[in-house]
Amino acid sequence: MSSLPGTNPEQASGADAGAHDQGHDEPYLAPKATWLATVVDWATTIDHKKIGVMYLFAILFMFFLGGVAALGVRVELWEPTRTVVDAAGNTRLEGLALSAMLPDDKPSLSDANDLYNRIFTLHGLIMVFLVIVPSIPASLGNFLLPLMVGAKDVAFPKLNLASWYIYLFGSMFALAAAIGGGVETGWTFYTPYSTSTDEGHWTVVAMIAGAFILGFSSILTGLNFIVTVHKLRAPGMGWFDMPLFVWGIYGTSLIQVLATPVIGITLLLLIFERLFHIGIFDPRLGGDPVLFQHFFWFYSHPVVYVMILPGMAVMSELIAVFTRKKIFGYRAVAFSSLAIAGISFIVWGHHMFTSQGELSATIFSALTFLVALPSAIKVFNWIMTLYKGSIDLKTPMLYALGFLFLFSIGGLTGIYLGALSVDLHLHDTYFVVAHFHYVMMGSTIVAFVGAIHMWWPKMFGKMYNELWGKVGFWLVFLGFNLTFFPQFIMGSHGMPRRYASYVDEFQIYHQLSTIGSFVLLAGFLVHLFNFIHSLVAGPKAPPNPWGGLSMEWTDAGSPPITHNFHHEPVAKHGPYDFDDVYPPQTKPGEFPMPEPAKPGEHPKW
Amino acid sequence: MTTLPHDQLEPANSAAPTDGGGTYHDRYQPAHHFKSREHEFDAVKMGVWLLLSTEILLFAGLFVFYAIMRMKHPEAFVHGSSLLDWRWGLINTVVLLLSSFTAAASVRDAQLGRQGWLKVNLFLTFLFGGAFLAIKFIFEYLPKISEGKLPGIWYSYPNWVDANEPLWWGLYWGATTVHASHVIIGMGLYLWLLRRAYKRHFGPRHYNGVEGVALYWHIVDIVWIFLFPMLYLIH
Ligand code: HEM
Ligand SMILES: [Cu+2]
Repeated sequence: MSSLPGTNPEQASGADAGAHDQGHDEPYLAPKATWLATVVDWATTIDHKKIGVMYLFAILFMFFLGGVAALGVRVELWEPTRTVVDAAGNTRLEGLALSAMLPDDKPSLSDANDLYNRIFTLHGLIMVFLVIVPSIPASLGNFLLPLMVGAKDVAFPKLNLASWYIYLFGSMFALAAAIGGGVETGWTFYTPYSTSTDEGHWTVVAMIAGAFILGFSSILTGLNFIVTVHKLRAPGMGWFDMPLFVWGIYGTSLIQVLATPVIGITLLLLIFERLFHIGIFDPRLGGDPVLFQHFFWFYSHPVVYVMILPGMAVMSELIAVFTRKKIFGYRAVAFSSLAIAGISFIVWGHHMFTSQGELSATIFSALTFLVALPSAIKVFNWIMTLYKGSIDLKTPMLYALGFLFLFSIGGLTGIYLGALSVDLHLHDTYFVVAHFHYVMMGSTIVAFVGAIHMWWPKMFGKMYNELWGKVGFWLVFLGFNLTFFPQFIMGSHGMPRRYASYVDEFQIYHQLSTIGSFVLLAGFLVHLFNFIHSLVAGPKAPPNPWGGLSMEWTDAGSPPITHNFHHEPVAKHGPYDFDDVYPPQTKPGEFPMPEPAKPGEHPKW
Repeated sequence: MTTLPHDQLEPANSAAPTDGGGTYHDRYQPAHHFKSREHEFDAVKMGVWLLLSTEILLFAGLFVFYAIMRMKHPEAFVHGSSLLDWRWGLINTVVLLLSSFTAAASVRDAQLGRQGWLKVNLFLTFLFGGAFLAIKFIFEYLPKISEGKLPGIWYSYPNWVDANEPLWWGLYWGATTVHASHVIIGMGLYLWLLRRAYKRHFGPRHYNGVEGVALYWHIVDIVWIFLFPMLYLIH
């Protein structure tokens, strides 16, 4: 084959090709001569690894901000608020934690509720648009996808840098809106909340514009990944030789590219509606507010799979590597990613069972059950992979098991909600809140944290402390269940979502939930310090600490060099051929390792 | 194992001048992570098509909004539409079709290395885009603004027959301005191509940019081909 190593005659013979390659065989993290040069280098880099790492830190920072808002909500809900009326007949409040944050020392009930609305909206918006949608794809996807398919970079590196800056730009809008007073529309921007609250204020428009801009970032990243998977796979790597992580990210990217434009036009019209009252969502002017909900969920339901598919993508890697076993049903897992991507476009109506006709509700209900099938296929395949594997309970594997457990609960309660008559009772209660936290936080964030542990040595070249990783896991896992399981119970007993005050009967559940949220906080802090400790004082990581078989382990160093590989990688075995490549009892010292660079040789492929 | 798309590609023609002589497009090197120019060209083309599919979906969303609102308020839409002058719409359709022709011609010029014609056609495409906007603005937007045929809060046109006509104007302005913004972006891209053409960046060995932008321009054109009957013709 003529296109194997060193056969790019132009590359080698071009006037500047030699100079261009100089220095690209250093680890990508190697700092430049001066501090400033390093900063400039990162800010202008088109290296997918650096962009991925920058995304990672930005997303973790946003996660922190969203988490602070969540804790605000939980603190508020510690007590059911009691209404107190003063001598003049004005409503005064006691026991409303958030009211302490208002400038006036005796705010009215509506003022304080207003603040509560702003806080949970902020939490939802940050967590959805700034954290979970970009989370795994933009950070780990960017870092790993080219490594896993054996490429030097994503297909369009400059576009990749552009989408990173678009992400930053969109985040600025969102944060400016938050600082400028926040919004109380709910993260879903439902009309008429989004068209009539904060009349005359710029914050709502800024927030919607932020979401609109972030959409571009997401589209461009998705587009880049799709082309990378199609065009840049290493020689010998067919579609079914790709790691399942790549399949999952591929499915995610398809949804991002196909669903985001629709929310783009919807948000644009929403801005027109708010600024000029064109009437399209306003019944007084002949429009229809439910139409907004349809368009919103036509995007946002597929997008919940943008959130979960990357989590599932990570799962296949975690489970296979830490059981040292060939993944059960590779093709089923791969195709179920595509099936999920496809079905996700036809179930949006299940968010509006209470506001549509009976026939369409019945159809959407049936279609919703359909989407459970590919998800269940994946879960069963992972469980089958565990069977008779040599399970190694390292932190990433604990997270993988946590995912299995939490996703099963989240997914099954989704089925309850998809059943029409049950949903009429549960809609807009805490049951829904618990459901989507089990899938978003309990599954995607859990997979994300597990994945960060697994690829931490690859990204930063340092090992983390296993003991503290496990401590962190147990705090997160228990804290999570303590936070959200009581919400299922109170939701099924009728506690509605988005209220700052509630009847006394629910107090015990709310208090359990609030305690849980602080346990969660403790868990995340443990991880944070563990990571910082690893960066500062962690032992150096070998190229293949877990014995993985995909190319980032077998062909690249930890951390990889700027050009990723010293030699053009060639797929010689599948990513899960553990039995063929080395027996399950292999000692870490015998794991497959990348071929070292020959002295004086610069990567030229 | 399966063969890959780029395994089948011919390696780049290494007979090209590599001594630093020749023009930019003769010396053009693909980005370091591609194996050959053809490989890069393929990838770019796929990226452009994906981008275009997002454009199509964006406008598809707009069309669905239009269809739903039209079904809700047929009278308002029929009357509103009858207030548009189809002749200007038709002239603009012709202008855009001509621009699509010159856009296609510019790709051909780049492929054949006709540097002079390339510049002419790029410039003409830019001009037709400008003409489209000028006609739209002077003969359509300005009169409507002065008559108060405006969206939402600005609506003040007295001779309506259906109370929901402001909604029609909202969609008319929404759809045409979103489309016009795409024309403006396209014109910007043509200026950029023109600048590069002056530096002789394009030729038979390298015309990704010209081809990609032309595809984009065609899509913008096709969207108008849908908008024109939808807004002006269906009564
Ligand atoms: C860190 C732990 C977290 C806690 C303690 C927490 C807690 C809460 C609470 C109390 C609410 C408000 C329920 C209501 O009254 O409507 C809420 C809503 C929500 N949360 Fe979380 N959450 C956490 C993490 C996350 C994560 C990781 C995500 C997604 C990535 C997320 C997404 C949402 C969404 C979308 C809403 C709905 C907001 C709305 O309806 O306006 N949460 N969460
Ligand atoms: Cu949904």
